[in-house]
Amino acid sequence: MSPDSAVEEVGVPPGARLPDWGPWRTGVAILRRDLFVTGREFPIFLAQVILQPLFLLFVFGKVLTELGYARPGYQEVLFPGLVALAAVLTGLQSTALPLVIEFSYSNEIEDRLLAPLPVGAVAVEKVVFAAMRGFVAAAVMFPIGVWILGSIPWQASTGVAVVVMMVLGSMLGAAMGLILGTYVPPHRINVTFALVLTPLIFTGCSQYPWPSLDHLRWFQVVSALNPMTYVSEGLRGLMVPYVPHIATWLCFVVGLAYLVVLMVIGMVGFKRRALN
Amino acid sequence: MSTAPRQTGTVSPFGLGTGPSGRHPAVEVRDLVKRYPKAPVDSVAGVSFDVGRGEVFGFLGPNGAGKSTTIGILTTRIRPTGGQAVVAGVDVVADPVGARRVLGVVPQQNNLDRSLSVRQNLLFHASYHGIPRARRNELADALLEQFGLDDRPEGRPDDFSGGQIQRMMIARALMHAPSVLFLDEPSTGLDPAARLFLWEKVAELKAAGTTVVITTHDMDEAAELSDRVAIIDHGTVLALDTPTNLVRGMSGERTLDCTVEPDPDGDAGSLGMALGGLAGVRMVDQLDGPTGSGWRFRIDVEGVAAAYVAPVAHLVDEAGARLTDVRLGEPNLEDVFIHLTGRALR
Repeated sequence: MSPDSAVEEVGVPPGARLPDWGPWRTGVAILRRDLFVTGREFPIFLAQVILQPLFLLFVFGKVLTELGYARPGYQEVLFPGLVALAAVLTGLQSTALPLVIEFSYSNEIEDRLLAPLPVGAVAVEKVVFAAMRGFVAAAVMFPIGVWILGSIPWQASTGVAVVVMMVLGSMLGAAMGLILGTYVPPHRINVTFALVLTPLIFTGCSQYPWPSLDHLRWFQVVSALNPMTYVSEGLRGLMVPYVPHIATWLCFVVGLAYLVVLMVIGMVGFKRRALN
Repeated sequence: MSTAPRQTGTVSPFGLGTGPSGRHPAVEVRDLVKRYPKAPVDSVAGVSFDVGRGEVFGFLGPNGAGKSTTIGILTTRIRPTGGQAVVAGVDVVADPVGARRVLGVVPQQNNLDRSLSVRQNLLFHASYHGIPRARRNELADALLEQFGLDDRPEGRPDDFSGGQIQRMMIARALMHAPSVLFLDEPSTGLDPAARLFLWEKVAELKAAGTTVVITTHDMDEAAELSDRVAIIDHGTVLALDTPTNLVRGMSGERTLDCTVEPDPDGDAGSLGMALGGLAGVRMVDQLDGPTGSGWRFRIDVEGVAAAYVAPVAHLVDEAGARLTDVRLGEPNLEDVFIHLTGRALR
């Protein structure tokens, strides 16, 4: 090929594009890029998301119970909470960190902001992709649970609802990450992570059922403000219904309401960063 | 330092131009205004111009003049406060998604996807724009070859030099065959060879009929590449014409570039003032020379430049300094800029 021929090809008016190409297909193409990159490093991704819940499950569910510091049956309270934790935290980290980096240091997001789809759709794609990662992290907890605990509480009749709650939890985490990733200036992200993640992990009812906090009223109120609480409690209600828990329907309603609010705030933040 | 007042009266001879007659413009900008929140002044203060199809259009101005903001608006990344901007027939404010289909952007800073190889950067970009798979493979191979990137197509962007990164970003922008290509300060930070390669590629694009809008603070680049140049400062287009006409607008003017070995107790400012007082001298600018090379003055004069050598040498002598070098010159775009704004480009 002569050096000029590509230029000549490129110089012709655009006609190469698929005729029915719409913004949603651009969104899918961007999602494909994210899946491609994660897929190539899938073992690394798994190691990244599994390690923390694996140790939590092992120490709290196995070691403490066997040593007699936790009552038998505590595993069943803990397991749904750790599934919720994996979904929310992985979702959050999968939007927050990449957004901070892509908006400041690498500018990588520009090529997607300049793709033919609305700017808000780029944010939605980020959340969908992060939620997929969150969901995988939560789903992987099941085989790990079987492996470490011997058995996990599971009822076929509530299987679909469990999956829906895991999706909701992953989306909630991703939406929180969207807010962190777009409102927090890059030089503050480390301190923000420390200030946000620790309270989020320990007030999200992943290690205890919410109704059992009756005697610790202030902590119960604080926990009620954490969106993750409704994921933990929702999964508990579906997987171990005999443990006291917040009504499952209420968990879905509050979880959805939180998702809407967090997404609206996150989208405003994203557009502020993406457009001047 | 300048001893001449800011001369805005010279804008009128240039006026606002339009694209080549009889052709629908590739870019139309009318009364474009951008004021950032809390900013005391407009970054873009009522800019209007057209870019003709197949034209290479240069934006020349110092940093902060409003070039990048204007490009940002045209490429849908910045929302204007007022005015209208149309790229390839698409209103960038009313239909940003449609506009992004027909424009290509090469930004100042590397924004390549570091998780992807060079070739994958091109392929995924094309997939965002709906180019079918077979076509994008073909196009990526052709562009990689054309931009001299075909020896390491599977390398990651981080492993390449600044010049190669620049070429990758241009190749990527061309993957969806944009009607208008925007290059924002393309040669900043490039070595001379990489810069020449870039200039060659822009010339090729022009030959193939692609419209190119380029911002630069380098007058050589503007003069070399552009069919027409808009000189922009403080958010306003001060002049717009072909480089030749802009310089011709300085008719009758010649320049003397003088290097002076300073008097240790002397003051460049007062010497500049004295030079400005010579009959026939229109303007004196003190330029930044290489460190240790003494004072440099650019003197714009009327009539024959050589006639001023003796009086200038005399004045320098009187100031206790020594004239070490004089170059007589034709005016260039930088002189036009100095003439319009009263200060140097950099």
